[in-house]
Amino acid sequence: MNQERPWFRIVSLFLGFAFLYIPVASLIFYSFNASKLVTVWGGFSTKWYGELLHNQQILGAAWLSLQVATASATLAVVLGTVAGLVLARFGPFKGRTLLSGLTTAPLVMPEVITGLSLLLLFVTMEQLIGWPAGRGMTTIIIAHVTLTMAYVTVIVQSRLAQMDDSLEEAAMDLGARPFKVFFLITLPIIAPALMSGWLLAFTLSLDDLVITSFVAGPGSSTLPMVIFSKVRLGVSPDINALATILVTIVTIGVIVAGVMMTRQQKAKERDAQMALAANQQMIESLKKA
Amino acid sequence: MATSPRATQQKFEPWTDPDAKPYVRIEKVTKKFGDFIAVDDVTLDIYKKEIFCLLGASGCGKTTLLRMLAGFERPTSGKIFIDGVDMTTIPPYERPVNMMFQSYAIFPHMTVEQNVAFGLKQEGIAKAEIESRVNDMLQLVKLGQFAKRKPHQLSGGQRQRVALARSLVKKPKLLLLDEPLAALDKKLREHTQFELINIQETLGVTFVVVTHDQEEAMTLSTRVGLMNHGEIVQVGTPSEMYEYPNSRFVAEFIGSVNMFEGKLIEDEPSYVRIECPDLEAPIFVNHGVSSAPGATIWAAVRPEKITLSREKPDDADNWASAVVRDIAYMGDVSIYLLKLDSGKVVRVTQPNVYRHADDRITWDERVYMRWHASSPVVVTK
Amino acid sequence: MMRWLQRWVPSGRTLVTSVPYLWLLLFFLIPFVIVLKISFSSSQIAMPPYVPLFHWASEKVLQVQLNLGNFLFLVEDSLYIKAYLNSIKVAAVSTLLCLLIGYPIAYSMARSSTSTRNILLLLVTLPFFTSFLLRVYAWIGILKNNGLLNNLLMSLGIIQEPIQMLQTDFAVYVGIVYSYLPFMILPLYANLEKMDLTLLEAAADLGCKPWQAFLRITLPLSLHGILAGCLLVFIPAVGEFVIPSLLGDPGMLMIGKVLWTEFFNNRDWPVASAVAIALLLFLVIPIMFLDRAQNAEQAEGARK
Repeated sequence: MNQERPWFRIVSLFLGFAFLYIPVASLIFYSFNASKLVTVWGGFSTKWYGELLHNQQILGAAWLSLQVATASATLAVVLGTVAGLVLARFGPFKGRTLLSGLTTAPLVMPEVITGLSLLLLFVTMEQLIGWPAGRGMTTIIIAHVTLTMAYVTVIVQSRLAQMDDSLEEAAMDLGARPFKVFFLITLPIIAPALMSGWLLAFTLSLDDLVITSFVAGPGSSTLPMVIFSKVRLGVSPDINALATILVTIVTIGVIVAGVMMTRQQKAKERDAQMALAANQQMIESLKKA
Repeated sequence: MATSPRATQQKFEPWTDPDAKPYVRIEKVTKKFGDFIAVDDVTLDIYKKEIFCLLGASGCGKTTLLRMLAGFERPTSGKIFIDGVDMTTIPPYERPVNMMFQSYAIFPHMTVEQNVAFGLKQEGIAKAEIESRVNDMLQLVKLGQFAKRKPHQLSGGQRQRVALARSLVKKPKLLLLDEPLAALDKKLREHTQFELINIQETLGVTFVVVTHDQEEAMTLSTRVGLMNHGEIVQVGTPSEMYEYPNSRFVAEFIGSVNMFEGKLIEDEPSYVRIECPDLEAPIFVNHGVSSAPGATIWAAVRPEKITLSREKPDDADNWASAVVRDIAYMGDVSIYLLKLDSGKVVRVTQPNVYRHADDRITWDERVYMRWHASSPVVVTK
Repeated sequence: MMRWLQRWVPSGRTLVTSVPYLWLLLFFLIPFVIVLKISFSSSQIAMPPYVPLFHWASEKVLQVQLNLGNFLFLVEDSLYIKAYLNSIKVAAVSTLLCLLIGYPIAYSMARSSTSTRNILLLLVTLPFFTSFLLRVYAWIGILKNNGLLNNLLMSLGIIQEPIQMLQTDFAVYVGIVYSYLPFMILPLYANLEKMDLTLLEAAADLGCKPWQAFLRITLPLSLHGILAGCLLVFIPAVGEFVIPSLLGDPGMLMIGKVLWTEFFNNRDWPVASAVAIALLLFLVIPIMFLDRAQNAEQAEGARK
């Protein structure tokens, strides 16, 4: 039944993935173009990579972006996991609908709105209580956390819904208080979901332009802000070089993830075989008893 | 096996002893979910070292009742006492009660050893003692060699034993089992049933089991509590439930039964006769019945209590004639479905005593059924 | 004594719930209230560049200055209405295109063998993890007059002169569809993957042709996924800023650009706020729809 009309599947997959990947491929291809006119081939060259690595503005922005992304991803995972836990396990409570809405809305809210509103908040807060003083790394991190925790919440919430909650009940039944149950049982089991949540939050933070533009101060330029100001003026091959580096890093990461997943799959199959053999053993031994 | 463990069964009847104090007392417990009444004013006493089975179809409230014993649900009203202490509002991690979950709920990220040790760690017991107790328990459930394995490397039956070991190692006052045998295949089920009984006898723990499988309930339990729509319909030993059902529901739930509806025509203290429109002759029962005069009553006759013959019996207490409609040959017994002239179908089981029986009763034959005067159970509801 | 104290100390659950709750209230909900407040204010040359709403006229009287002028401005100047309508149109068309392109991909993924499926899933999420900005930038190189596509078409002899593709509405559509495609594919895939294939086998057994089975069984069952995917694309696309700025005509009216311009170029915070509020009001309903759909999906998943 699965094999009916494989040509449809193959063609749509081929076209679909071609559409997704040709732009990325073109970025990489032209990063090695000696000519500055990005789309006119002038020979193979890696000079743009050299230029990139000496561009202080870009390097500084990249460093700032990495710091912000790490900090906000970590904080987002903490808050998002708690939110996901509350929504998945705490049952109905007063104010649940609002919380659910508050955790879904950032996923889709146009960034211009979120960016504007956050900036106005920071300005008002500064007027009222003096903090945050000026816009900078702190405000960017707060903004990124607010945006990305929504993604973490969705991931954690669905993972918890999939998980057998009788595991948590069993732990309570055996004497563990709810706090301990979370750290000893729930957390280790959902750890992979937290990991992917962190990665997602990290990527989104690293890549964010609009919200960051609103809440960043004069001294802080993140990588996307620098890239945007450059590409507004037209194509720029050092940006292609940057893109290639990023794509390479991500691809390596994805391949590593893929390999780990395959390994896990194989281990699961081996374990299932073991279990089957164990079953046979047990039936034999019971017959003898 | 030296002595059959059930040999001690006959003397174990604490519920008949007026001085015995119940170990678990469920007092007028009701549980409502919104408007839905899951458990309706249940009062039940369970005695120490019993294996008590809560039996019923899905939705009858047995699992909810079990969860209230465990502490995962709180009664809407009523109280629960365990060993004399009011446990109604105590959370599950503070009760001397442990539960074996239907899905076993083995922690997937821990080895068998770590799983079994978990509950002991929560009590803060010394490491050395934990080790020895875990080892002893694993030996008891025959999982000694699998101690270092992870759950997905075990079969379903083995995982169940891990769950059992994990609960029992804490020496709980009460062990609750939620459909313990449901997930096992048939051969394994039988073996495990007897093993469970053995373990319970060895450790002397009080068991409360929830099941929808009446065969399981009959095999495992010292007493059965049959539930329907949140209420306890009857409580008794397996033989009491089978031979002395108190209503049509109970008679039909446990085992198969033939129900004959009729009216009393003779009502004496030592015998009654029941006129039944389906039968040629009235049913004769050799004991008295308390029932309102003129009320409709039912006589329940179990299939194995009826014998078949080709000739009309002269001296039978009860007889009827019917045509054989269907025969199911089960190997050890044969099940006959007989159609009375009124159209009602009666079920009869006969053991296949002889290997060759060339003249066995066959389809479309007209045969005669007979049963003893003590066989019918008369129920009024 | 402990009992009395316990009444005041919130339970563990409440404490835990309040952590993300307070954060979101403070940094997500309250900002919208502030935007609302400022949309009623008027611009002035100061820092912050708006007139304060509340004003202590004398010791005890609080004077509130509500300026509805901003909203009237929005309605009077046809620029804003055109921008709103255009944004909605662009977002809707893009959503439809995303659906038409994304559904076959998601479907083919879901019907592949398990190992292939995982690889394909990784392949779909990979672009998602590379920079959004850079991927949009890639299209500049492809669509410009001496860009990849024009060069290709000219070298193949299909056209003589380069076609103007960059800085057109076409480029914006391509950009939006391209960037948001994973948002359409992933929920569709999640939904289709869970579908019980024996339903299709039963349909075939009862005499249903494959395309009929698709229309009558697969499509209706995937409605949840379609809805989620469409909302995940439409709602943010309405307020898109980056793609129209980089790929579209400078005069193209998109509400995201308008908001940005009002804020950064005109320094008119109150009008920008009014624009945001109007946009928000429009989007509240689709957002509520999405929340409902998510919750329903969660509940269904949990029951199984």
